[in-house]
Amino acid sequence: MLHTLSIGELGRSLDSGQISSVELTRHFLGRIERLNPALNALITLTAEQALATAAAADARRAAGERGPLLGIPLIHKDIFCTDGVRTSCGSRMLDNFVAPYDATVVARLKEAGAVMLGKANMDEFAMGSSNETSYYGPVKNPWDTTKVPGGSSGGSAAATAARLAPFATGTDTGGSIRQPAALTGVTGVKPTYGRVSRYGMIAFASSLDQAGVFAQSAADAAIVLQAMAGFDPRDSTSIDAPVPDYSATLNAPLAGLKIGLLREFFEGLEARNSALIHEALTIYRNLGAQTVEVSLPHLPLSVPTYYVVAPAECSSNLSRFDGVRFGYRCEKPKDLLDLYTRSRGEGFGAEVKRRIMTGTYVLSAGYFDAYYLKAQKVRRLITDDFRSAFGKVDLLIGPTTPTPAFAIGAKINDPVTMYLNDIYTIGANLAGLPGLSLPCGFVDGLPMGLQLIGPHFSEAKLLNAAHRFQESTDWHRRSPPGYER
Amino acid sequence: MSLTRKDVEKIAHLARLSITEQEMPVYVTSLSSIVDFVDELSRVQTGDVLPMAHPLDGQHQRLRADRVSESDQHEKYQANAPAVQAGLYVVPRVIE
Repeated sequence: MLHTLSIGELGRSLDSGQISSVELTRHFLGRIERLNPALNALITLTAEQALATAAAADARRAAGERGPLLGIPLIHKDIFCTDGVRTSCGSRMLDNFVAPYDATVVARLKEAGAVMLGKANMDEFAMGSSNETSYYGPVKNPWDTTKVPGGSSGGSAAATAARLAPFATGTDTGGSIRQPAALTGVTGVKPTYGRVSRYGMIAFASSLDQAGVFAQSAADAAIVLQAMAGFDPRDSTSIDAPVPDYSATLNAPLAGLKIGLLREFFEGLEARNSALIHEALTIYRNLGAQTVEVSLPHLPLSVPTYYVVAPAECSSNLSRFDGVRFGYRCEKPKDLLDLYTRSRGEGFGAEVKRRIMTGTYVLSAGYFDAYYLKAQKVRRLITDDFRSAFGKVDLLIGPTTPTPAFAIGAKINDPVTMYLNDIYTIGANLAGLPGLSLPCGFVDGLPMGLQLIGPHFSEAKLLNAAHRFQESTDWHRRSPPGYER
Repeated sequence: MSLTRKDVEKIAHLARLSITEQEMPVYVTSLSSIVDFVDELSRVQTGDVLPMAHPLDGQHQRLRADRVSESDQHEKYQANAPAVQAGLYVVPRVIE
């Protein structure tokens, strides 16, 4: 049952020679072969390369090297460039794209000795909340394969929930780590904007995008984030600040911690979901924390603000896909304009085109002030609300999503309804704050997530609070039926 | 409908996207519903609030020394290009 062990336990087994990284890698490759066809969580398997990396990790360990991720398998979201391996971003546009270099996240985990098993399916260019916009077909939720796993990092979330790897990477622009983590019952961390390098991470909305991690627990996530975080001169928005030891403070007592209950997150929340959050609050109070209600009056404006800012940045970022230097090119273009428009029209899927056009509209002459500039002003009002809340409390708490996983096909034809699924997660992205989702119970047999949001660079505090909760509960240890073995 | 077919055709042209006949009515409807949805922002009092472009205050563009840091790898990069000749990207003729 190697797939039920924590990263810490796996590391000790590797250190003692009880298992080798090659054995561990074979174990997870076997699970992928057996379980992935029903989930469609991975779209590229790198088995041969994985076994070679694992053998190298075993050799490094035999030579005396130690490290918490040395020889531990992982899955990368297919948004991260991987040298020599197809990096599709879930799009027909990049179906033939073999990245010529490693993203910094990939390079750092490689250096730490982690073993990439393959690349995870995702919403096309990370635009989606259900993993239904992928060129490679939807990912299924291991808790119920008629349900979505959430998105955009749906493949990473489903793979972590099905224990196809001890951990996976993801990205979060409006909730793309926390929302799928909640819907699949795993722990997901979106760090502070700028904490983890965006170099080699295919850009969607550059003022919001941030890389993070999916893991079985906060303790595992702390180990992985430690390896990912830190300054990178190749990312102009990377923050040059020291990275604290996230594992060292996991057990810090929560006595006196002030937790703010986000009033706006409970308006209209279904009673059973609300009850789970209140049970979680009771646990926190038993751990010594104080809970107070706080209000962020502008927070309900997060979704419309996001759906101006993010598409605007996306329309600019995705202009690089022109059918000239890389990616899809249409057949027999009759002139340069035809080459651009048909390559883009045929290479992008429906939702990506919708976002590019939304962004183009809000940036166009005559509408820029009314939409884009206005949204940037409201963004500041939302950020100021968070700032004043953090003057009173240490952390904010609420649900990660309004509902558990919904049926595949239920929302895909109604973009605005789909967008509202991210109502609780988007605020943290607009303000650049770190957020974490952890499993807090079940509704109708489907997992629900508890969301913690902290001030900038408070990842250690979020992981500490999540870890203490997980010591008092076993929601994060539950496995989807059929995936225990 | 807040957007007409003509509006969407113009936006698609600006975005250099070909949109098929079948796709067009879907985009007219869905883009209109998105524009109506984000229009909620117009009712917010923003007065003299400064527009926020970066999530962290006090950040500025870092500068670096002007020296070569990357080696020439054009062959590796151009391996992903749809059409290359003599190290150049090939596109349809622009000037007759």
